Amino acid sequence: MAYLFQQALNALQLGSIYALIALGYTMVYGILTMINFAHGDLFMVGAFFCFLLAVYLELSFVPTLLFTILGVAMLGVVIERLAYKPLRNAPRVSAIITALGVGLFLENFTLALSPYPKHIPALIEHTTWTIGTVSISSLQILVIVLSLVLMLILDFVVQRTKAGMAMRAISWDKTIVPLMGVPVNKIISLTFAIGTGLGGAAGMMYGLAYPVIDPYMGIMVGWKAFISAVVGGIGNIRGAMIGGFILGAVEIMVAAFFPSTYRDFVAFTLLFILLIVRPYGILGKPHPQKV
Amino acid sequence: MSSFKAAYHALLAHWHTLTGYKLFWPVFIIAGLAFCVAVDTYGFVDLYLQLILIYVGINIILTVSLNLINGYMGEFSVGHAGFMAVGAYVASLLTVHSFPAGAQNLLFPLAILAGGLGAAFVGFLVAIPSFKTRGDYLAIVTLAFCMIVKSVLENIDAVGGPRGLLGMEKLTTLPWVFFWTALSVWVIRNLVYSNFGRGVLSIREDEIASDLMSVNTRQVKIIAFVVSSFFAGIAGGLFAHALQFINPRMFDILKSTDILIMVYLGGIASISGSIIGAVIYTILLEILRPLGIWRMVFMPLMLVLLMIYRPRGIMGMKEARLFTPLRDLTTEKLWRQKKKEAPDASA
Repeated sequence: MAYLFQQALNALQLGSIYALIALGYTMVYGILTMINFAHGDLFMVGAFFCFLLAVYLELSFVPTLLFTILGVAMLGVVIERLAYKPLRNAPRVSAIITALGVGLFLENFTLALSPYPKHIPALIEHTTWTIGTVSISSLQILVIVLSLVLMLILDFVVQRTKAGMAMRAISWDKTIVPLMGVPVNKIISLTFAIGTGLGGAAGMMYGLAYPVIDPYMGIMVGWKAFISAVVGGIGNIRGAMIGGFILGAVEIMVAAFFPSTYRDFVAFTLLFILLIVRPYGILGKPHPQKV
Repeated sequence: MSSFKAAYHALLAHWHTLTGYKLFWPVFIIAGLAFCVAVDTYGFVDLYLQLILIYVGINIILTVSLNLINGYMGEFSVGHAGFMAVGAYVASLLTVHSFPAGAQNLLFPLAILAGGLGAAFVGFLVAIPSFKTRGDYLAIVTLAFCMIVKSVLENIDAVGGPRGLLGMEKLTTLPWVFFWTALSVWVIRNLVYSNFGRGVLSIREDEIASDLMSVNTRQVKIIAFVVSSFFAGIAGGLFAHALQFINPRMFDILKSTDILIMVYLGGIASISGSIIGAVIYTILLEILRPLGIWRMVFMPLMLVLLMIYRPRGIMGMKEARLFTPLRDLTTEKLWRQKKKEAPDASA
């Protein structure tokens, strides 16, 4: 039982990171119906920003987090302006390929600048509490709480503010909303900033939880987060959160009871089956097609 | 008398295309094959160049076969490396473990064929979810498939697990690569311009409408996936016996991305585009080798710029005359003539 609880805690930690990244995928998809395949690499850039700020500027935890989020968000907006905006009316596949290209560019650019894996220093005091046989580290608590806080803020922004209303409106109908005086370009930039900023925050937390970072770390985590977004129903913000926690739980439980090399296999097989049974995800709605 | 004259003029007008068209391919194939055999026997081209030519051939097969799904059928498959992996492993296991050491050269085509068939079977399995899911979700299904293949291969110790598979002889020679490349281009080109090919195109344009027009969309999807994965498997087998070493990590999503880049660089729904894309990409990567890691920075940047300024790739939705059937060329010509005679009617 204690073992199970311990694993559940690990699952919550991993799941919250997946959920944070999945939010970026799902927000961009909701508003542009485009899969931003570079998102996993922005997550990686977040981890490297955190490394730079923590090692070379020797900042403490809170400023590092803020500057990481800010930096990655700015990078996200710049990428959107330079690479995705010219393609907004192009065939959708061109946008996807561009996103893949941007992702490869970020990976290889980082690799060219830093060929060796880096080690992120511990930014917070590491204490471990033991309750019975269950051990809880301060880092786990921090990752889980911080992710939940960020998600609550996001949910508030999307559901309760004017900008959030504009986002939901754009994802509802792209042709009418600009006629109503909604500044579409600004809202899209804002969406990218929030989505990639969350990804950057996730990158930093991942870097703190698993301290060795390398330029290719974003690929696998990015795809996993993407799966989370799909499992929840892509385009649906609450679905992305649920999907992230489900995937985290599945992965940790598989690794806990089977050889850990089966983890990816089970995760992807589950995705495969889910997509055949319920192709639009858990919270997603099927889109009727018209001829 | 006037109809005689018209027929004569028509013949004269088409004479050039008729001869140029009919003779080009046989001459090209024979000369190419002869060149490859000569290079292989006398070795007057150095080995490095030969290896690049082999990679160009393999990449052409991969690109043309992926173009059938992504370009002509309009789906977005990211799992091509998975099919390639199946072909590579099946063929390598056969040559390493099953075939007698003396008859390797003779049995090599069989191994490649078996690799293709294995991949085709897996492609059939992937085609089934494509009945219900489309677009982005189908992309994810193929992605999941690619990951599953890699993960399964890593967990089977009999095929080397994550260490990979060794012990293949260098059986992939230039003539064989030329043969399989020509075969794949020929088959897919003919498939695309056949009755079946129109079904494939109609799925890209509108699946529901084509279903209503009595296109058997399920059958078309199955055949497209099976053919495409068959050739991916063949390319995998050739790849394994050119490199003489494979491991599951070679066939991950990055490999799929490579193939996707070649397809979209060359242009979707174009055989000639695929060939151009594969050739340019492979050779450019080799030319830029002195740049070291920076070439991997440069290539994606080029791709992004290409997508922004020419989103359909080099040859997107266009076809070189050499690959277009005579029937289509004639129709186009007649249509142009008609337009010239009565410009108002078509406007």
